[in-house]
Amino acid sequence: MEIELNDAQRTIQAELRAFVDERVAPFAEEFDRNEKIPDDLIRTVGACGYLGAMVPAEFGGKGLDALSWGLLCEEIGRGSASLISLFTVHSMVIQAVVKWGSKEQREKWLPKLASGESIGAFGLTEPETGSDAGSIQTEAIADGDDYILTGEKRWISFGQVADVFLIFAQVDGKSTAFLVERDTLGFRTEPIGGMLGFRSALLAEVHMESCRIPAGNRVGNIGFGFSHVGGAALDHGRFCVGWGSLGLLQGCVNACLEYTGKRKQFGTFIKGHQLIQEMITNMIVQTKAARMMCYYASYLKDRGDPSLIMETSIAKYFTSRVAVQTALDAVQIHGANGCSDRYPVARYLRDAKIMEIIEGSNQMQQIIISKYGYQEFIMAKRQARKTDA
Amino acid sequence: MSAEERMKQVRDFLGQFVSNTEIDPDENLFTTGLVNSLFAMQLVLFVEKEFGIQVANEDLDFENFKSLNAIVGFIENKVDTAS
Repeated sequence: MEIELNDAQRTIQAELRAFVDERVAPFAEEFDRNEKIPDDLIRTVGACGYLGAMVPAEFGGKGLDALSWGLLCEEIGRGSASLISLFTVHSMVIQAVVKWGSKEQREKWLPKLASGESIGAFGLTEPETGSDAGSIQTEAIADGDDYILTGEKRWISFGQVADVFLIFAQVDGKSTAFLVERDTLGFRTEPIGGMLGFRSALLAEVHMESCRIPAGNRVGNIGFGFSHVGGAALDHGRFCVGWGSLGLLQGCVNACLEYTGKRKQFGTFIKGHQLIQEMITNMIVQTKAARMMCYYASYLKDRGDPSLIMETSIAKYFTSRVAVQTALDAVQIHGANGCSDRYPVARYLRDAKIMEIIEGSNQMQQIIISKYGYQEFIMAKRQARKTDA
Repeated sequence: MSAEERMKQVRDFLGQFVSNTEIDPDENLFTTGLVNSLFAMQLVLFVEKEFGIQVANEDLDFENFKSLNAIVGFIENKVDTAS
């Protein structure tokens, strides 16, 4: 396994770093105050091909490898967690259509999603259903060549502006996924404001009242919605959240290295104080550890290795968890300044908390990661017995 | 690769997820509580990587994944179709 970036990966990293430094990071506080990523920024990341960068080239995307996509997510996440949530949900829809969409769905949607002409959103969570995703109440009833879809979704990132939603519903009690267009009769969204973090992620409630959906908009077969369509999308979402959290971590490190070299107390820069050095050390080491986990998940994703699923979960869990710890320390180092919007660390802290909740809460990750640990342990023992025999 | 070798590979893969090493080839995996979104995608990735085939939209059929025998049969059909 090589952990050195190739020329193409270094190029996209440098390009995104410059883009974020110029177009995103300086305005992230303003975006949060306005509770909105501006339309022109959404159009720009679409037109630049960043938003749909993982769409295969045959459908108009850049066809990026997983590590390049991860590097892109890191830079966007460093600039704005709200913006990385656009990249996350949009590319989750792309992932679902690439893997499980019909030929017609791929031809219709992938070019539009690649260019940002259409924005995608992911509609799984409901007012009464979060982690227990198998219990969603949204229902789709077959009616001739169509389905009649009724239900509500909540906390849908970029639901205020998305054009197409990947909606999960029960068909005769079996989880099934559908592509639902905004202009469908009976479909409407309501903005959600006042969030702790991801304030400019244009969250919405989605209301569907007897929406008539063509059967051709069903993604995958009946009963394979959450397990396969959702599974592919959520795995990809965790990948984005892990890398985005890494960007947030790096943002904390950068902010603290900058601040501690300028702020003086007791006649010396605070970077000379050993208790500050302890916090700086922890955030540097944790960021480097998180980066290695994200790199490993990328390596597996490019190889299509089955262990990708669990290693991505581990990377998302660790990275989001240390993002919260690191952002807390970053605020502590900045003192009262860190509690204001004059510095980015207060935003980092608010956003880091959200990273622990989305695309499978960290408690759900703990359940599956511990189970995975037992599986690996049993397999290692079986392998040892075979070797001995 | 022979049918026996394919059976062994799939059995070894499924063995990671069940406590007993011997899996009844016809046991319905959907009634064991084994099938969730994580297992489902790991199985898809395993089949694609190990046997060089693509699991596509039209392959999403419970009959293809319901048991050890069903999975091996599905793989053989895909390999035969591809060759």
